[in-house]
Amino acid sequence: MKKVVVYSTPTCPFCKNLKKYLDEKEVSYEVVDVTKERDKAKEVFQKTGHRSVPITLIDDEYVVGFKKDRINELLGL
Amino acid sequence: MSMYDSIILGAGPAGITASIYAARKKMNFLVLTENIGGQTLWSADVENYTGYQMLTGPELTERFKDHLDNYDINVIEGVKAEKVEKKRNVFEVTIKSGEVYKAKTVIVATGRIPRRLGIKGEGKYVGKGLAYCATCDAPLYADAEVAVVGGGNSALDATLQLVKIAKKIHLIDRAPSLIADDLMVEKALQSGKVTVYNNAQVKEIQGDQFVSGIVIDADGKEKKIPVEGIFVEIGSIPASQMVPDVKKEKNGEVFVDCSCRTSVSGIYGAGAVTTVIAKQIIVACGEGAKAALSVFDYINTHKDSDFEE
Repeated sequence: MKKVVVYSTPTCPFCKNLKKYLDEKEVSYEVVDVTKERDKAKEVFQKTGHRSVPITLIDDEYVVGFKKDRINELLGL
Repeated sequence: MSMYDSIILGAGPAGITASIYAARKKMNFLVLTENIGGQTLWSADVENYTGYQMLTGPELTERFKDHLDNYDINVIEGVKAEKVEKKRNVFEVTIKSGEVYKAKTVIVATGRIPRRLGIKGEGKYVGKGLAYCATCDAPLYADAEVAVVGGGNSALDATLQLVKIAKKIHLIDRAPSLIADDLMVEKALQSGKVTVYNNAQVKEIQGDQFVSGIVIDADGKEKKIPVEGIFVEIGSIPASQMVPDVKKEKNGEVFVDCSCRTSVSGIYGAGAVTTVIAKQIIVACGEGAKAALSVFDYINTHKDSDFEE
């Protein structure tokens, strides 16, 4: 199974949509709240070159934004 | 290619309500939209939607979506209509990927998009420190120094969200004084974190991988302010470029009559993309309902042969 990490904030609307989508597809994932885990936030922003959420890490690939097609592709959905 | 009774462009409050009405009229229709919720998704607190004293934009969107999900509706999400063309009485809607959909009518419910600063380098920094949605991105600027551009209620709304999170906020307003509600201005100033610059224009966004500063011209003097984030809140423009042939107001708003008809027979408009007074969620919902009912009448008063290609 692929390792999935969702970097998000508690209020961002697209983060909620993304998590709901993963729940519907029964994909288990870890959540990093970037407002609390500031070091992890800094790291993911540096690595992706984007200061925005959601960012999804699927194994070793980052998807910036809720891009359903790309997420489906990486997860084989 | 199948021909729909209608194609609804957009799924904000207007498009969603139009969809619900169209579904209840058993119309054969398609919804093409970038997202579900539109501008409501970005709204902070909604306190004027009848029946709900207070809920957030995302919460209201969730309720809209639940309502929509009660019906079997054909929605294509994540797409943007590029062009609507009328060929005889049939409309062809082309989306960005090049695919074309056909329908007897079109409801334009595409809402509005944030107005951009229109300065060099702006595109380069979107999502890299430059933001148009404080509800979405303000939490990413904890203890940071940031700028908000604008002087109206949306700029002050962004400022008040940032007051709780950021270290310092530079409010850059081109007008001689802030036009936002006094109560909001007072709250912002009382925080002790906000510096206001009036008669100020943004000249340049500075940075490397991310934004590192903003250069402004305030009262004729150039000033460079180091900031990690810039929130642009200078209003919005109607997302109406896909219908070049309909009559529009100078600012791009689509002219509609009280039945949501545009100047092109078969194209209807609903919500904040149109000239309708009051860009409010509840008004957009009402307009969406009217547009769908007008479309229903239009189809019923035409013969199938009218739509032969």
